[in-house]
Amino acid sequence: MATHEFAAREPHAHAAPQGFIRKYVFSLDHKIIGLQYYFLALAAVFVGMFLSLLMRIHLIWPTAVLPFLGEIKPETYLSLVTMHGTIMVFFVLTTAPQGGFGNYFLPIQIGAPDMAFPVLNMLSFWVTFLAFLTLIASFFVIGGAPLHGWTGYPPLSALRSSGPGEGLGADLWITSIAVFCIGALLGSLNFITTTLDMRARGMTLMRMPLTCWAWFCTAIIGLLAFGVLLSAGILLLMDRNLGTSFYLPLGTINGQLTGHKGGSPLLWQHLFWFFGHPEVYIAILPAMGVCSHLLSVGSRKPVFSYKTIVLAMLSIVVLGFGVWGHHMFVSGMSPYSGYAFSVPTMAITVPSAVLSFAWLATLWRGNIRFTTPSLFGIGFVSLFVAGGVSGPFLAQPALDIQLHDTYFVIGHFHLIMAVAAIFGIFAATYHWFPKMFGRRMSESLGRWHFFITLIGTYAIFVPMHYLGIAGHPRRYSQLTEVDYLRDLFPVQKFITYAAFVTIAGQLIFLFNMFWSMFRGKKASDNPWEATTLEWTTATPPPHDNFAGHTPVVHNGPYEYSVPGAPDDYVMQTDPATVAGH
Amino acid sequence: MASFTPTIPAPRRTTSRGNRADLPPVVGGGDGGRPDPGAPDYGARLRRARLGLVIALTPIMMLFVAFTSAYIVRQGLPTFDPRTNTVVHDWIPVPLPTLLFLINTCVLLLSSVTIECARRQLARQVALEPVQSIPGVSLATEGKFPWLAVTIVLGLCFLSGQWLAWSDLAARGFYVATGPSSSFVYLLTGAHAVHLFGGILALLVAGAAVVFNRPLASRRIVVDVTAWYWHFMALLWIYILALLEFAH
Repeated sequence: MATHEFAAREPHAHAAPQGFIRKYVFSLDHKIIGLQYYFLALAAVFVGMFLSLLMRIHLIWPTAVLPFLGEIKPETYLSLVTMHGTIMVFFVLTTAPQGGFGNYFLPIQIGAPDMAFPVLNMLSFWVTFLAFLTLIASFFVIGGAPLHGWTGYPPLSALRSSGPGEGLGADLWITSIAVFCIGALLGSLNFITTTLDMRARGMTLMRMPLTCWAWFCTAIIGLLAFGVLLSAGILLLMDRNLGTSFYLPLGTINGQLTGHKGGSPLLWQHLFWFFGHPEVYIAILPAMGVCSHLLSVGSRKPVFSYKTIVLAMLSIVVLGFGVWGHHMFVSGMSPYSGYAFSVPTMAITVPSAVLSFAWLATLWRGNIRFTTPSLFGIGFVSLFVAGGVSGPFLAQPALDIQLHDTYFVIGHFHLIMAVAAIFGIFAATYHWFPKMFGRRMSESLGRWHFFITLIGTYAIFVPMHYLGIAGHPRRYSQLTEVDYLRDLFPVQKFITYAAFVTIAGQLIFLFNMFWSMFRGKKASDNPWEATTLEWTTATPPPHDNFAGHTPVVHNGPYEYSVPGAPDDYVMQTDPATVAGH
Repeated sequence: MASFTPTIPAPRRTTSRGNRADLPPVVGGGDGGRPDPGAPDYGARLRRARLGLVIALTPIMMLFVAFTSAYIVRQGLPTFDPRTNTVVHDWIPVPLPTLLFLINTCVLLLSSVTIECARRQLARQVALEPVQSIPGVSLATEGKFPWLAVTIVLGLCFLSGQWLAWSDLAARGFYVATGPSSSFVYLLTGAHAVHLFGGILALLVAGAAVVFNRPLASRRIVVDVTAWYWHFMALLWIYILALLEFAH
């Protein structure tokens, strides 16, 4: 068995708290904060999923009277679209992989006792929580939730009179986003400082697990992107409440002048998408890191070309800031700028393809253990490739003008960004659950969950590509009244039924998780026989992660199937060298 | 028969594949080579706080980069008037209270000097603290001037000066919503004032640390980081002033 070498360390910056409130509510411990983020995202994902369920029901049975909610009106449908997108993008895809797992495992994986700034860490969670409450509050104010979509394009989002949800509801929405930005910035600050300054002895940058690299890259993107979204939100709030005209051109509503003149709605689109496109990578990069990590553990092989994966992720960080205009091909911007944004968009498929090949090569001829985390890792690769191949279509301005406002785009980004990132979250949950809660999740329930979710996801989103090519517009709330959509209605019906099954499948996950938390099989300290530092410490880890010591790192993170080693893996802390091989 | 061929020892192979380095470096990881295990390591905390500050300045810079790009785009943007079917240019330059702004700039630069004095004074005090505890050694004249309080007062003077500038603009009929240029003047100066107010709050925290008898070294970290932040705010103000003066 591997022996671990530890170095003495100064006492933990803050002592283990005793009271319930300091221990579980206003905790400074990165592990508790990570769990708080995780459960916030879990609550948010079920709210967001419930909204998508209502949308699917409304599309198929537009006049159905639902219990408690009544009939869904067209403007309510738009509110559902808006809130589904906002909740999922900000409070699930940004919160769970980075705030949740990143917070919990980044310090442990690099051998640190905590994040660099524990108080800021606590603040960043509570600020995010406040943002979530603010967003949810918009459901309950007069006029209800906003209907300007998660992208919040003005003039719709900038004028109070433009719709029922555009009064207080929209103000709450913008405030929530601005507050979320501050929380995300505090988080990014902590992640970068921790990665650069808190690594244990021997943990060189190129010995970090790829998950840490992914969290590091994500934090860099967040640091550069969220400030711009904050500025865009401030300008929008000023337009709405102080009468300025940053985004609002001269115009009339119902024959009356709005009092604004000279602003440019395109300005919002540029600022928003300068954040919005990197945000896609904020959602997917941690999943890429988790996937690279888990495929190596699952296939008992060193990850294929560690350096290439790191380089590919870094080049995604750089290129990701140069492609925002591809969301705006139909905005009326100059065709030359369209071309200028199309080229880097095509270029960013290169690192993405490099990553996909690296994952396949990691699996290739591996001694694969088909555990639930491995399955979700493989599922992630499948979804990433399936969603990725439609990307180059949309990167062409000429094709995008046809496809932009159709279901094709919905299918594309749900596969590659939304569900792929969710698969990353699932994989991480199944993988790290034993470390977080000291018990194993049920493997058979996990397999059921995986196959239902994988097949269900494809059944929902692949037909949407077909709908889009057939010209089915998105954002329409009533499909039964439109003649040329009548022939496509059976496909919409199929999608709704598939959504029912997939959502029901998520209840298996919920049951598995909460049942295993209390009744699952006890886990050993290293149930997956993985090499990284979190598996050298107790389960669940003590308050300062390594019980008064700092690990000393001797090896890279992916030493599997090492010839001559007593096990088929060598821990990162293992000082033993193996003579010859 | 014994061989006279010298035995060349084979290099010891480690199991590491990707990142072959036989021994972990002593310094390089964050916890490497700490001198005194057991005591809180203020040197490492100061280094960490400074690194954190440099990283925290990035999104502040991005915020103002975004405002600047919006400013430049909006300035050059001709707007269409559907009532007359013409393209009009509605950017009316705001007559800035330049003299007042220059006085404010001087106040801010002066405060930057005083906070630097405060930073160095505290650094000296921290360095001399062990010496002072030796019986018989006294450093009576060392560092009594209240640089920190002076900085806070100067910072508040700057903010009041900005308030006067805004009142001056309002008195001449330029409000937030008067025109695109006046909106940007209020936006840029206002966003800067909010950030500077954050710096004043941090200095008040450092001042409160004296009252609550916190360790000198821990107070030094707050003042040190705030000083660098304050210098950045001074530079940012000069940038904003130049933008408003030369690109209006």
